[in-house]
Amino acid sequence: MLKLAQEENPSLEGFQEIYNVRLEKFEGPLDLLLHLIRKNELDIYDIPISVITRQYLDYIKLMKDLNLEVAGDFLLMASTLLHIKSRMLLPKEEQEEEGEEEPDPRAELIRRLLEYQQYKEAGMVLESRALLGREVFTRGCQEPLPNAGQVDEGPLELGLFDLVDAFRALLARIPADSFHYVAAADTFNIADCINEILALLQEQDTLRFDEIVDEDSTRERVIVTFLAMLELCRLKLIRIFQNEPHGSIWFVPAVANDAAEAPHE
Amino acid sequence: MSLNAIIESVVFAADSPLSLDRICDMLPEYEREDIKVGLKELVDFYAGRGVVLEEVAGGWQFRTSPDYQQFVVRHLKAKTVKFSPSAMETLAIVAYRQPVTRTEIEYLRGVDCGGVLKTLLEKKLVRILGKKDIPGRPLIYGTTKEFLEIFGLKDLKGLPTLKEIQSLDEAPHFDQQEELPLE
Repeated sequence: MLKLAQEENPSLEGFQEIYNVRLEKFEGPLDLLLHLIRKNELDIYDIPISVITRQYLDYIKLMKDLNLEVAGDFLLMASTLLHIKSRMLLPKEEQEEEGEEEPDPRAELIRRLLEYQQYKEAGMVLESRALLGREVFTRGCQEPLPNAGQVDEGPLELGLFDLVDAFRALLARIPADSFHYVAAADTFNIADCINEILALLQEQDTLRFDEIVDEDSTRERVIVTFLAMLELCRLKLIRIFQNEPHGSIWFVPAVANDAAEAPHE
Repeated sequence: MSLNAIIESVVFAADSPLSLDRICDMLPEYEREDIKVGLKELVDFYAGRGVVLEEVAGGWQFRTSPDYQQFVVRHLKAKTVKFSPSAMETLAIVAYRQPVTRTEIEYLRGVDCGGVLKTLLEKKLVRILGKKDIPGRPLIYGTTKEFLEIFGLKDLKGLPTLKEIQSLDEAPHFDQQEELPLE
């Protein structure tokens, strides 16, 4: 959303001096409301709701005039404001019971504004801290964001291209000749291979790709194993990891309760 | 050999912040209390130097002092870490209100936060702690160890205190800051 320098007169007439247009981002309807309150030097605890509502709607109209996309969040707040305004206009009911006043219709909005302001400020305070990798450095951490010091901590999630790279590296080790070795009698299909991997994973918790295929394996065997691995992964029966770039690919069984587990940790 | 020198070497050589517990495990021949004193003395010793000993993310780590950033970056490529206001607002809400659901964050910010949360998750500043035990079982979010490391915080209690809300009605609860265990 855009904040314009000519806030006093949020209409298109103010646009002759086009150079005065200053672009700034509103983070949302609460941000815009806070801005309007601050600009008008209003008391946040006693917001003149009709003034604020009018100015807020003017802004939304201006955004539309400028062909800016008005997010639904802004419209939702507009309706909230109008709702509060209408409730303020209603005559207060005769106090049926002494001491039990009707709550101020603005109370919730005010609380939200105050809370929002608080977190907005907290965010700015946090941002202004000396950050690792920006102001502060540790020994040998050139690239501390976002994966600082994680390489040794555990398995890294593996991207598809890493996987393909590892596979190609492996395939390159197998002499191309063996591809032409005709042994039709012993066809090895993906289903067999899947069963083999699953059987091995019953016995051991982790399995290395190199363990299943070795230098003697035919290209066919390597390719079938790789396809089996992808299929198992797709079926969410195993998870694949790599400890370092170009390192061995590890399989671990994806235990049923893993699904509920958070990805981190 | 002086204990302080031993601690110094151990902390220096570690890749990530070393917790007091870990240091004690590594140095069973020394008393925990002495190690604590040693750490304190090292902190004082390094105060005002180019490298300082700091407690971050529950551990001890040598870090360059921010005062010398402009010189350090002549050799190191500094990340131009720039967080957008929306990222910082969201991160602040997660940090102070954790465990928190996306709905709660969006209520506080008044805007959709799906994209921002995804980015924060990818940057490993925020993580999913588990699911909230209410209808729909929404995911609950909290900050990570990396968050503490990057922002140079000892722990969550080290977060800058929020200005007290001069509340109309009840103030939000900040007391429940412990992370929920994963289910």
